[in-house]
Amino acid sequence: MVDLAETGTKPATNTSRSGAASAFYGMSRQATVAIAVPAFGLLFWEIAVGAGWFSGRLMQPPSRVSATLWGLLRSGELLDHIGITTVRVFLGFVLGTTTATLTGALTGYFGLVRRLIDPSLQALRSIPSIAWVPLFILWFGIFEASKVALIAVGVFFPVYLGVSGAILSIDRKIVEVGRIFRLSGFALVRRVMMPAIFPAYVLALRSGLGLGWMFVVAAEFMGASEGLGYLLVDGQQLGKPDQIMAAIITFAVIGKLTDSLLIAATAPFLTWQDCYRREG
Amino acid sequence: MLTLRNLGKTYGNGVRALDGFSLDLAPGEIVAVIGGSGCGKSTLLRLISGLETPTRGIVEFDGEPVNQPNPLINLIFQEPRLLPWLTVANNVGFGLAELDGDDRRQRIGAALKKVGLGELGDRWPKELSGGQAQRVAIARALVTRPEVLLLDEPFSALDAFTRADLQDHLLDIWSETRPTLILVTHDIDEAIVLADRIIVMRPWPGRILDEIKIDLPKKRDRASVSFEAAKRQLLTSLNASLQPAAVCTSTIAAFC
Ligand SMILES: Nc1ncnc2c1ncn2[C@@H]1O[C@H](COP(=O)(O)OP(=O)(O)O)[C@@H](O)[C@H]1O
Ligand SMILES: [Mg+2]
Repeated sequence: MVDLAETGTKPATNTSRSGAASAFYGMSRQATVAIAVPAFGLLFWEIAVGAGWFSGRLMQPPSRVSATLWGLLRSGELLDHIGITTVRVFLGFVLGTTTATLTGALTGYFGLVRRLIDPSLQALRSIPSIAWVPLFILWFGIFEASKVALIAVGVFFPVYLGVSGAILSIDRKIVEVGRIFRLSGFALVRRVMMPAIFPAYVLALRSGLGLGWMFVVAAEFMGASEGLGYLLVDGQQLGKPDQIMAAIITFAVIGKLTDSLLIAATAPFLTWQDCYRREG
Repeated sequence: MLTLRNLGKTYGNGVRALDGFSLDLAPGEIVAVIGGSGCGKSTLLRLISGLETPTRGIVEFDGEPVNQPNPLINLIFQEPRLLPWLTVANNVGFGLAELDGDDRRQRIGAALKKVGLGELGDRWPKELSGGQAQRVAIARALVTRPEVLLLDEPFSALDAFTRADLQDHLLDIWSETRPTLILVTHDIDEAIVLADRIIVMRPWPGRILDEIKIDLPKKRDRASVSFEAAKRQLLTSLNASLQPAAVCTSTIAAFC
């Protein structure tokens, strides 16, 4: 994506403390802080159910939910569901981001293309995406294709907006540096514009991925026999709130995990960023 | 040989930033352009660099018209404008894309050393001070060995010490390959220290008001009598440039 030959990682200047050990220490401390709130919430929930403050039948306590999770995991069922849902999200994400990146780049770069198709895309964007479901089922059938298509639609719009918006807000001053060195056309795009929008692009990918995880549920609601969304529907139909909660928690964990993966994969190319970040 | 013939630029909003600007520059000459803010100095450099096309007139370099950026003409902006995603070394080497390996590394190293930053090649732009960043910008322009170097108030954001230091550096660098320098500045001392000729501009529309020759040997002593004399002459001329023009009608004079 970005010109790695130039942008690539550089020999680390050791401005921060030192070595991998302290990096690990910092990360694990961050994780401890991040886990504190959910841990406290779970504890309260368990105690509340135990004390009979609310009904344990509909609000299964964490101990019960984790037992269900463990059962699903041991039987291998959970991994199957995770696997199929992840594949759907992945395919929809790839399809959605590819088309969104291409259209976003074209509308951001060429004024004519922008005037031609951006208004229509903005109109399409305001259609509640669930409205596509019946149509996609008619077009692509009830199986995988319609699900992937729906997810791709969900991923498309934030990525499209992010890319075209980022291109339109590239600093003229930096483009002029490229022009002074006689860059134009694709060389200017590759050496100046692409790296300039990269941080915004990563953010757009993250919103796209988040929406992918949301849309997979909608997609799996429209008839699936496998997947985390199916676990939800099944839990409702058979009156198993613990299974519903187990699926919800799995969504939270996997969603966060994939987001962190995306951040980790792009972080080495963003060390140059000069950002305001308050600690504490 | 750089020739500016009757250059004029009117922006889309109707501002006549420059009008009837003519100047001949000999190779190796150092010309300072001085004048109040908004009198078209940046516009002048943008036209010479080919970033902007003139509305009237022509820029000729070695007999060829310049209407787009030229490999032998480089512009150093008022701000460093480093590319934040490139290390200092790669910023300096930005104009050497067709070169790689040892040759490239060696040219970058030499350019960095010239501006006194030999050690900082591995840093990110965000890790530099304002003066260091501007040095990197100078190195980036030098590395392609331009014959004309345009500088748009390059030291205006720096403190007095750093500025004097960089002025000396600029002279050292100039004396090696002797490019033509056009230095836009609003610093009177800077103009007199560096330039062979000083062009005083006046605004609305931007044009030449006066031209002052400085016939002192380079590495000028700021405390010498002749320096003081040149300064007085320049100040008089600058005062005139800031007076409302005689041609201004009473209505326009309100904006002058
Ligand atoms: N891109 C532009 N569009 C419209 N007007 C401009 C533009 N750039 C500069 N100007 C106007 O042209 C005049 C000269 O500007 P400039 O060349 O930047 O002056 P200086 O560098 O001497 O301060 C100013 O009045 C300014 O407002
Ligand atoms: Mg200016």
